[in-house]
Amino acid sequence: MEKTPFFHALKIDEDTCIGCSRCMKICPTEALRVRDGKAVLMPDRCIDCGNCFKVCPTRSIYIEQDDFEDIFNFPIRVALVPAVFMGQFPNDITVSRIYGILKELGFTHVLETESSIPIYTAAKNKYAAENPDIRPLISTFCPAIVRLIQVKFPGLTENLIPLRAPLDISAMYIRRKIKEELEVKDDQIGIFYITPCAAKIAAVKSPVGEEKSLVDGVINMDSLYNRVYHEIKKQGHNYKEHKLPVSQLSADGVLTSLTNGERRLSDAQHSYSIDEIHNVIEFLEKVENEEIEDVDFLELRACDQSCPGGILTCDNRFLICERVFGRARKIANRERKGEQTKDHELEEERNYLMRHMKVGDINPRSMLVLDDNIAVALEKMKKIDEYRARLPQTDCGICGAPTCDALARDIVCDNAELTDCVFIQRNLEARGNMDVHESLKIMEVIWGKAKMNDYVKKK
Amino acid sequence: MHLEYQVYEADFVNAGAASSAIKKTLKQLNVSPQIIKRVVVALYEAEVNAIAHAYGGTIYADIEPDKITLKVVDTGPGIPDIDWAMQEGNSTASPEVRNMGFGAGMGLPNIQKNVDKLNVSSTVGVGTTVEMEVNFV
Repeated sequence: MEKTPFFHALKIDEDTCIGCSRCMKICPTEALRVRDGKAVLMPDRCIDCGNCFKVCPTRSIYIEQDDFEDIFNFPIRVALVPAVFMGQFPNDITVSRIYGILKELGFTHVLETESSIPIYTAAKNKYAAENPDIRPLISTFCPAIVRLIQVKFPGLTENLIPLRAPLDISAMYIRRKIKEELEVKDDQIGIFYITPCAAKIAAVKSPVGEEKSLVDGVINMDSLYNRVYHEIKKQGHNYKEHKLPVSQLSADGVLTSLTNGERRLSDAQHSYSIDEIHNVIEFLEKVENEEIEDVDFLELRACDQSCPGGILTCDNRFLICERVFGRARKIANRERKGEQTKDHELEEERNYLMRHMKVGDINPRSMLVLDDNIAVALEKMKKIDEYRARLPQTDCGICGAPTCDALARDIVCDNAELTDCVFIQRNLEARGNMDVHESLKIMEVIWGKAKMNDYVKKK
Repeated sequence: MHLEYQVYEADFVNAGAASSAIKKTLKQLNVSPQIIKRVVVALYEAEVNAIAHAYGGTIYADIEPDKITLKVVDTGPGIPDIDWAMQEGNSTASPEVRNMGFGAGMGLPNIQKNVDKLNVSSTVGVGTTVEMEVNFV
């Protein structure tokens, strides 16, 4: 099992966190606790899905990104832009106008991530044909899904398709192309990925199954959106349309960022597309039990509506979907009329890219294991059951853990005490085994002094 | 560690509940995914057998540091010829059960493939007991 720690893009700002526990309640892997009035992240459990980010009322969960000015550390600056970015803007703002603004902001090259979809698809279908014994094959397009499977479904890690994601393939291509055309060294090229989510950042900063990232930095989609929109507002109606060569993204490529986008391109006979993390978990439970048979391919995405539902997108996900879909329809029309070929410039490098498609092993890193030694784990599990039986099963969260089961587990793993439970406290008080100051002290350790003081003052 | 689950006749909706619960337990014990898979597949087959062919029953699971012992005890028609039933394709399932996608005669042979020890005992008109053992190492 993999032991090196996960890199996490999601961070908690302790100065502004009010310890409300909303994040703790929503986390699909129970990776958060409240201690001393602040949310605390358990790094082994977090998969960077970003559900906590969405519910935080004080924006205390933030996503670390590289400073935009970092792009100027490189003479050649590439913006690697996912198609969903173009879907942030109203339809009257054209893709070529956005390309133009990105160049005005300082990028020397712009490439849309999904340019590599034809090659990515070919590699996946080839892998499927060469490995007929591994079924279902699970797409590694969404990095939060890869991590979910590592921590929660370790038995399915071998089903993950060990190939580079479209973002990496595009980065590999553009670096090679620029090196050849401009005769520059590697370190003069800075490739910056514009990310719609935290999981992609984590994947770029500590790639699973790869030694080194192919991308030099990450810029959050919302912050770039602000910069681009600011330029649009400054230009007003008097802007000059740049006649820039817009990359020939295929309709298939554009659609890949939406749910079903990969599945429709797969050779698989029986496949499913599932989005939203809880839906995915529910389905994977069944797959793991082999209750669902004859499945060849699974396209799984952590966000509702896939990438348009990413936590760093800037508009309602359904509106983004419609815009992305509309763009794909237009391109498909051009493709039908022969005005645009389906072949992308990346085709020139197909052989090179196909040779560099494999990533290393994707290993399990189960969050569930109580101990490496089964006998010890068995003992712990017995204790967990004993504690569980004493807890009220209300999942109220007052103990600073998301559920009674999580508390029972925390107690056995020495991260909590049975007396953290408010029901247990009341019982002890009633029997004269705890006085009210002791129980208040316990609450203070969990919820912080400030919260308890305020509460007392208000009384 | 001892666990028990009840299954009920023709309750296909809940088929898999016991194997799912056992899977959750084994995952926490650091049992290898490949072994968990074998346990789950074998138990799921036995669970479905008790639901589809018998009048329900009880599943007993005992987990020790080196192995899991499973016992599925059903009350039901019993198996007249166990050796015959152990062969692939042989089944006494009713047409209704076959229509639901069960009863292909793969149940017992599939269990055999996935466990380290298997013992099937049956009394016609009383019921069947399937005892299975899977070693962790």
